[in-house]
Amino acid sequence: MWQSLVESTRGSPFTVVAIALDQPEAARPWIETAAPTYPCLIDRDHRVAELYRLVNVPQAVWIDEAGRMVRPPETAGSTDGFRRMDRTTFTMPEEAVAERQRVKQTYFEAVKDWAERGAASPHALDAAGVAERMRVPDAPVAEAHAHFRLAQALERDGKADEARTQFDKATRLHPDSWAMWRQSAGKDTRGLASGPEFWARVDALGDRPYYPPVEIAQKPLPEG
Amino acid sequence: MIRILHDAADTALPTARADGDALWLDRDDIERATGWAWKPEGLCRDDTCMPLPHQAQRAMTDGDRLDIASLWRHAGWPVAHDDAAQIWVLGEGAAQRADALATGDAPDFALPDLDGRMHRLSDFRGRRVFLVAWASW
Repeated sequence: MWQSLVESTRGSPFTVVAIALDQPEAARPWIETAAPTYPCLIDRDHRVAELYRLVNVPQAVWIDEAGRMVRPPETAGSTDGFRRMDRTTFTMPEEAVAERQRVKQTYFEAVKDWAERGAASPHALDAAGVAERMRVPDAPVAEAHAHFRLAQALERDGKADEARTQFDKATRLHPDSWAMWRQSAGKDTRGLASGPEFWARVDALGDRPYYPPVEIAQKPLPEG
Repeated sequence: MIRILHDAADTALPTARADGDALWLDRDDIERATGWAWKPEGLCRDDTCMPLPHQAQRAMTDGDRLDIASLWRHAGWPVAHDDAAQIWVLGEGAAQRADALATGDAPDFALPDLDGRMHRLSDFRGRRVFLVAWASW
């Protein structure tokens, strides 16, 4: 998915590092098909999600050459347009499709700008800018990750019922986390957790976003 | 066989003993499983020491063993275990995670690629890193 970003930033001191919050065998076909030239790491216990308080995918963090965050975890170019999908025909209204494309393009161009210009890019935030946007975990979130880690271990040991109990504890403690919920939810034949329970949980958000939008400064239009 | 999951480690401890919500480990087991050193000052890591709570000290210690789960809970850090009390997760406390993020430094980690080769985030120092999470679900 990010290969085109990598191609368009060749020559810049930049790399994508993709983290699959996933079981290795579920991630494998996607990685092998995409054949990316950047590192794709497998995080079946969602440890990076715990470290950075990630709650969904795609979310991204921008990290400079010195290992400093210049953008905290944010939605990486996706929108809530899918919520307007017709659930029988699976089609989205045209304006939602256009908006999704626009948001993706804006985000992509911002990443490219930073890849090329680093700290000179207006999209790279200073420490205060990162701090004010950063969400940090609280005790229930930390507990949730412990139960999730246990659940994944139990599942690997073949103890599905006990794993389910632990997954439920995790998602109750950390209801914001779509990653925990979808990782442990029932999957369809494509491996997606997109059944009626998923839609019910999305609908229950009401006005709250599934993908919190990101404020990215748009490039000013050229003169004339 | 008791296993302890802590941070990136998954450590089997043949001499560990569980008793309900108590998990009794000796000094070596604690260090092997968690990286924390049990010293007279308390539980120490790098330049931080967490003292054992004075009132609970007798209840938490038994000869050369410490009820690490009790100390963990006392610290407000997450503890989870399976029904058989064989798999224990000693989680990192929320305050530690939050403090780490507040520094602005990107927390380091090590994860495998599909070939099982380990990579650290810090391997990429010197380049701008777009760290992006995705999934098949």
